[in-house]
Amino acid sequence: MTAPELLALLPYVVLATTAVLVMLSIAARRSHGAALIISLLGLAVTLAAMAYGGWGGAPQPVTDLLVVDPLATVFLGLTVLATVIVALLAAGYLQQQSVQREEFYVLLLTATLGAATLAASSHFASLFLSLELLSVSLYGLIAYQYERPLNLEAGIKYLVLAGVTSAFLLFGMALLYSQTGDLRLPGGGAPGALAGPVTPVYLLGALMVLVGMGFKLALVPFHMWSPDIYQGAPAPVAAFLATVSKGGVFAVLLRCFLTDRLSEHASLYVLFVTVAIVSMLVGNLLALLQTNLKRLLGYSSIAHLGYLLVPVVAGGHMAAGTAVFYLVAYFVTMLAAFGVVAVLSGGSRDAAEFHEYQGLAWRRPWLTAVLTTALLSLAGVPVTAGFMGKAYLLANGAEAGEWVLLLALVAGSAISIYYYLRVIMVMFGAVPEGASVARPRPVLAGLVLGVLLGLLLGLGAYPGPALTMLLALMGG
Amino acid sequence: MTIPLLSLMTFLPLVGMVIILCLNRERHVNAIRGVATVFAALSFLVSAYLFLPFNSADSAIQLEEKALWFDAAGFVVNYHMGIDGLSLPLIFLTTLLTLLSVIYSWRITERVKEYMAFFMLLEVGMLGVFCALDFFLFYVFWEVSLVPMYFLIGIWGGPRREYAAIKFFIYTLVGSLAMLLAILAMYFTSQPHTFDIIELTNQKLFAGPFGFGVKHFWVATLAFWGFFLGFAIKVPLFPFHTWLPDAHVEAPTAGSVILAGVLLKMGTYGFVRVSLPMLPGPAQYFAVVIVLLALASIIYGALVAMAQTDLKKLIAYSSVNHMGYVMLGVAAAVGATVPDRYGPTLEVARITALNGAVLQMFNHGIITGALFFLVGVIYDRAHTRDLNSFGGLAKQMPVYAGIMMMASFASLGLPTLSGFVSEFLVFVGSFGVYRVFTALAVLGVIFTAVYFLWMIQRIFLGPLNRQWTELTDMDGGELVATVPLCFLMLFIGIYPRPLLDLINTAMSGLVYEMSQVIHLVQGWGMWG
Repeated sequence: MTAPELLALLPYVVLATTAVLVMLSIAARRSHGAALIISLLGLAVTLAAMAYGGWGGAPQPVTDLLVVDPLATVFLGLTVLATVIVALLAAGYLQQQSVQREEFYVLLLTATLGAATLAASSHFASLFLSLELLSVSLYGLIAYQYERPLNLEAGIKYLVLAGVTSAFLLFGMALLYSQTGDLRLPGGGAPGALAGPVTPVYLLGALMVLVGMGFKLALVPFHMWSPDIYQGAPAPVAAFLATVSKGGVFAVLLRCFLTDRLSEHASLYVLFVTVAIVSMLVGNLLALLQTNLKRLLGYSSIAHLGYLLVPVVAGGHMAAGTAVFYLVAYFVTMLAAFGVVAVLSGGSRDAAEFHEYQGLAWRRPWLTAVLTTALLSLAGVPVTAGFMGKAYLLANGAEAGEWVLLLALVAGSAISIYYYLRVIMVMFGAVPEGASVARPRPVLAGLVLGVLLGLLLGLGAYPGPALTMLLALMGG
Repeated sequence: MTIPLLSLMTFLPLVGMVIILCLNRERHVNAIRGVATVFAALSFLVSAYLFLPFNSADSAIQLEEKALWFDAAGFVVNYHMGIDGLSLPLIFLTTLLTLLSVIYSWRITERVKEYMAFFMLLEVGMLGVFCALDFFLFYVFWEVSLVPMYFLIGIWGGPRREYAAIKFFIYTLVGSLAMLLAILAMYFTSQPHTFDIIELTNQKLFAGPFGFGVKHFWVATLAFWGFFLGFAIKVPLFPFHTWLPDAHVEAPTAGSVILAGVLLKMGTYGFVRVSLPMLPGPAQYFAVVIVLLALASIIYGALVAMAQTDLKKLIAYSSVNHMGYVMLGVAAAVGATVPDRYGPTLEVARITALNGAVLQMFNHGIITGALFFLVGVIYDRAHTRDLNSFGGLAKQMPVYAGIMMMASFASLGLPTLSGFVSEFLVFVGSFGVYRVFTALAVLGVIFTAVYFLWMIQRIFLGPLNRQWTELTDMDGGELVATVPLCFLMLFIGIYPRPLLDLINTAMSGLVYEMSQVIHLVQGWGMWG
């Protein structure tokens, strides 16, 4: 390996080392604080290594397996930052659980490593390994509180799902290999690598890969699993699932299918448009029926991934930047929403049923402010990050003339506002009799939520710097 | 360096909101009320001061402020504010009604902190809408005004507040999303791409005769109907009005005042600021739809108002009726008519109709604002709004009766009060364009008179119902909230000229610009 290759690989190495260090520290002496601090330090060093290596340069292949290009770097940064937030949220959350707390961080770090390398994969082998690393870690994380039946159920569902995903992916890869004789992604992993079906078998292979990703992203019609898992998983893990896990897979989707010429491949184009529209509508319609906030966010996440397909379909010079900016807004919003759930949860179960939020505004005004802003951001109301993201999605679609897709997006948003408002209305309702007031107020999580609230409003009011940076990075 | 007056005025309430959020909800209740009042008053003073530097003989945008907001992927979004003779009266109306509402709301005792904070945010949004000259900024302010109103209805509202608040939000949001698509359609049609409202108007995107088969037909049609939906829901134009009675009836008194007084004007303002100057061709082509819906709003609104037994619902439907006049004026400002009416007088008629429409926006704001305050006054005392349970209150509450009658007479268009001036101008102007429609619309005035007079009869005249011998007359806060509005009704009714001059300059400019772009005699409205 050459020096530039090593330099590009450094953040990933640091991340992997951190996971090992946390594990060793547990072997030496169990300490929740130490595990948390080592994890956070490791994540900080990862970011530092990423900054040291520089970003936005030419793609740097690292052997045949990985390519460190702007797409990979952006997702690495996003993933690590989101993991920092999840770790801080989890610290307060786990404090109230009777389980062993330290291994949580090992699993969290390995899952992060999986998601980060997934975004950098330029070879089917690394792609598959990263995905398995992510999935296997997630089995543990989702079923972490194994004494809770819902957690176990969610963990097993995720296990089955991941198995199905792997099967589809592997079969798709085999079909692609049969046509090209090469396991490397075409074009060295440049965006749009798979969007060039030449033969029916190749197309079938690409579709299989897409189905695999569809399961992981919970796009309709591969969405059945997702709400159960969101409901069952511990709140910080659900946040991780909604953001880092989906983000990593979405990066692969961009790498494989983001091209200006998607409309030239009629079958792929129709498939993407259909999946996008159906995801937006079905996700939002099913969310209307929910009375559990975690489930509701799960359905909402389905719809949001549908929205995120707009730039993939539309293409154009700003597609990648738009998608990533939307993803940033989505990350911030989802982390804030699940963060509030995590702070409110404790003891034997997560606080996620609507009635547990009754009158929250008058008991915990700041938590309510964060959750309200997050829900408005998901709905795409100014002045929030979600609005700016949606505005750019709409602009991207309008420029490409995808009016049908945009109408579906608008219809989906209109439906979605109803269920977000229902939650808000519950929070601003009357305080129920005998509502418990005294709950520990974790300082760390409070700080994190404060930062997230600042980001939600900041990205909505003054998105210039972030947008310019992302668009420039992604070649907008 | 000149002081950015418009930004100062718009964001002063935001400062007030931040201060309120820092105060303690239990210990500083009066301080919270005081801060809200002071900042609403400051904003009002700045808006009143605007009349001094404003040159009412100039139809151009004045007191402009422009700065780059963000620029990414060639998407240049400016912070562009400015006012003309169309927005200045509405800005004044907004700050005045907000100040009076805040004063009136001193009687709110539940959750004062949140109430006042939302009220301040609401004012920021409303002022921003009337000042913004960049579509992106306009849209942001448009939505910002939506959220606090949702909370005001949903938290401090009546028994069915949740239903009403959600319905209000969803209706408006659907409209604004349609508007967002229209904005993007405009953006990507413009060359060079821009969100700037003034620049988009100057680019005259769809100039020339408009009709099925012209080059930009579909884009222009999409844009027109997108904006139409956004604005018509807000106005509200029949059949998009069904959110209005719910929202008005459930909203707290001050919320209804702002809703009727200002938020509805955002819709009609949008028609005059965006649809007419930017899309005159499509507006002319589809004007007949607007005029028919306006007519339906006028007649239907009046008839339904007549059937109400709930005082607040009656006033709410009277808004549908009165905003119909505004839309009649808007349609007449651009609509196609029979060829023999073309000529120099047609332009005069169009300008007159539009002047009337804009003045009617202002008048409806002060009159209906006052009426909603007055509904609150009686409801606070009697805890009912059922018209049939009152009677003979004129003796019990003489001051209240006097003010209520004055506001009602202003609303039904009695000469010397402000409502008459604007409705008269709308009818005179519209008659030069649409004879049949205008004649039918005048029927609405008769119905309006019927329901107001009948309302007055049922509340104030006849024998006093024994039940109400305990009722007291209006108190200081209520008088402070309503008397200034009554004074304005009288003043504009007698001497509308200063305000009308201001409006006339801007509207003459607008009609002139439109006549340069569309060379008509076409469209579907010619038989009107």
